[in-house]
Amino acid sequence: MTPAEPITGPRSRHPLEERSPCRKPQSFMEIDRLGLHYGEKPAFQDVTLSISKGRITALVGPSGCGKTSFLICLNRLTDLIAGCRVSGRITIDALDVLAPGTDLIQLRRRIGMIFQKPNPFPLTIRRNIEFPLREHGLRDRGQIIQTMETTLRDVGLWDEVKDRLDSPALALSGGQQQRLCIARALALSPEVLLMDEPCSALDPLSSGVVEDLIASLRSRYTILIVTHNLAQARRIADYAALFWIQNGAGRLIETGTARQFFEEPHDPLTAAYVSGMRG
Amino acid sequence: MVETLNRSQTPREWLAFALVWGAAALVTATFCWLLGDIVWHGLGHVSWTFLTAPPENAGRRGGIGPILVSTSLILGVCLTVSLPIGIGTAVFLAEFTSDQSQFGRMTRRSLDILAGVPSIVFGLFGNAFFCKTLGLGFSILSGGLTLACMVLPILIRSTEEGFRAVPASYRLSAAALGLSRTTTLVHLLLPAAVPGLLVGLVLGVGRAIAETAALIFTSGYVDRMPESLLDSGRALSIHIFDLSMNVSGGDANAYASSLVLVILLLAINGIASAVTTYGLHRKIVRV
Amino acid sequence: MTSSRSNILSRWSTDKVLCQLLRGTAVIAGAIVMLIVVFLIMEALPAFYHIGLLRFFTDPSWHPAEGFYNLTPMLWGTLFAMTGSVLIATPLGIFSAVFCHYYAPRGLARLYRRLIELLAGIPSVVYGFWGLVVLVPLIAEMEPPGPSLLAGILILTIMIFPTIALMADASLANVPQQYLRGAAALGLPRWATIRGIVFPAAKSGLFTGVILETGRAIGETMAILMVSGNVVQTPSSLFDPIRTLTANIALEMAYALGDHRAALFVSGLVLMAMIMGLALAAEWISRGRIYG
Repeated sequence: MTPAEPITGPRSRHPLEERSPCRKPQSFMEIDRLGLHYGEKPAFQDVTLSISKGRITALVGPSGCGKTSFLICLNRLTDLIAGCRVSGRITIDALDVLAPGTDLIQLRRRIGMIFQKPNPFPLTIRRNIEFPLREHGLRDRGQIIQTMETTLRDVGLWDEVKDRLDSPALALSGGQQQRLCIARALALSPEVLLMDEPCSALDPLSSGVVEDLIASLRSRYTILIVTHNLAQARRIADYAALFWIQNGAGRLIETGTARQFFEEPHDPLTAAYVSGMRG
Repeated sequence: MVETLNRSQTPREWLAFALVWGAAALVTATFCWLLGDIVWHGLGHVSWTFLTAPPENAGRRGGIGPILVSTSLILGVCLTVSLPIGIGTAVFLAEFTSDQSQFGRMTRRSLDILAGVPSIVFGLFGNAFFCKTLGLGFSILSGGLTLACMVLPILIRSTEEGFRAVPASYRLSAAALGLSRTTTLVHLLLPAAVPGLLVGLVLGVGRAIAETAALIFTSGYVDRMPESLLDSGRALSIHIFDLSMNVSGGDANAYASSLVLVILLLAINGIASAVTTYGLHRKIVRV
Repeated sequence: MTSSRSNILSRWSTDKVLCQLLRGTAVIAGAIVMLIVVFLIMEALPAFYHIGLLRFFTDPSWHPAEGFYNLTPMLWGTLFAMTGSVLIATPLGIFSAVFCHYYAPRGLARLYRRLIELLAGIPSVVYGFWGLVVLVPLIAEMEPPGPSLLAGILILTIMIFPTIALMADASLANVPQQYLRGAAALGLPRWATIRGIVFPAAKSGLFTGVILETGRAIGETMAILMVSGNVVQTPSSLFDPIRTLTANIALEMAYALGDHRAALFVSGLVLMAMIMGLALAAEWISRGRIYG
């Protein structure tokens, strides 16, 4: 197994290197020299990364290193922020994300996002899932109900809410709200799920439930998850990437398969971080 | 899972776009039409003479000198009465009552109702109470007192906000230093709450000057220079009303008077905005 | 340091005096509303004794010279003018707020907001004057006589528009950013987000705005007096002149005596009742909505 030409930072190895030949995951998302500036201030710079399809990639690192900023570039949520400049290139399955002509509506249907703080809409549980479906063109009532039940079952909420679908979503507990948000995102059949610390605002019990849910979504969806919780990353990630602030901006230090990242990291910074001595 | 998802509904989005911009355009056009009309017809007649000379021929010619004086006097009476009561009430509500206090809640409740009372009803009340019962007759005093009642809720609400905006730490530090509440109030809290007070003052003045219905039966119609507070005096807003409704050929001066009144009010609102952005960091939504 | 004992006493008495003084001002302020109601009732009493409540709705017409005191034509006038203006001003106001927050570039939004604040500051008599010299002749060209319910509705709309617009603007500003980000992440287009998420989130503020503007429409006197013709009749078309309750009081108070004057005070009480009824209805509905 020869190391392929490194496409990430100087000291990391190609993720394919660690996989057995018969289960070669394809590269699905290519991020090339991505950088983000809020006005004059750089959030992160020069990040090159390859994301494998159907795998869970954990983005770890201390706060403020640009992990969340990196995530919001991927579905062009940066368009909402005034004074934001994105440079570089992102391709998903041959679609150029950052090109001016890209259909944002379609892009965001293919990429779902879960935020740190659960944010169900101030509507009923039913409307929370039904509304995005309708807006994306699904009009058939039967199919909508079908989709709603399927996704709620997928996230393990169906039995808990099936009798109160018309009650306010905001009346649910934190963990339930987050699972509803995941269901809402899944309803649109995305290919990629971006998760920004989805468990950090939840109590430990709910956190465990959501984490198990995320692990169960593996192989059906390509998942990028930003997390502070190294133990969580160890548990569920297939790949990991470390972000760190260097020279005033966030940078990608190392990336690799989970096993290699946590047990045999190449960069001393990574080694220090995963052993808890830094960050 | 779902294969039938397709593009977003573009026609609906475009319709919404057109409606929203259309609404904004309609409002802007109406405003420009209105203001433009007043400026166009009024500008020619406004001059220093106009502002100082007395009205002649029932106001068709001449100026608005005595009327401006009456208006200022009415305003003066209004503020002299409403400021102490207003500030006192605001301080009392903000500093000396808790949220549970029955008295506090009742007072606030009645002030809320007072804020919604139509101006014509204030006119009726002023006529019944100040003119008849207190025997003040049609006078600047009656008008000013009636306006004071109208302006109180605005003043109190704004001043109370100003006091609430002062951080609790001021009061706690003062108490820890053993200062009396009077001292704390006068030397610490009042200066800090001044922006809220000013905004309320300015808003109140704006409301008072614009007021017509409350003054018709309280301060009277007489358009000569008032000799005392018990004299009847005509406010600027009433002058405009009279010229446009009761005096044929009075339109020219009505335009000029309207322009003066609008400029006065724009200046007052401008001051209020400046104080709000400078002093307070929150929006005061006008009643 | 002076002796603490005398300090405590002197401080205490100043504070106590201040507290009583301030309480006094608060009592005065709080009592005004009650005073208003009391005096209105006092002045209206003769009408209740001599005319009786029923006749205010059953007399043949409003003709004080002949002893007729039917308020209904004017009630209809008030109701129609209020309904028409609220129906037009509310969407205009809400769309204006939507414009400022979601469609206009930042600088333009600021200018527009400033413009609305300016509109709010223009006195009603100036609106009435402009309506009289510009709007009424235009309507007269369409259909005589000119001063009409339509003119009243249009002028009222312009007057109450800033109230709903500014209130809607404040409510939209309070919609949490996270809803907007969540909607964007789901690929929801702009108007869909506004319609389906922002409006439900802002609904209590919008509702308050509608209540406030309705109260203002009911209570407005001068502008509507100047443009709506002041004929006592129940309107059968938009072009009929009408007289509202408020205009009625303003017009006749100057020369009303005895029972006539008392009857005007009764209509003042009716106005107060309408406003208070509105406020109560608002509170009742919003209380229900909190759990809804």
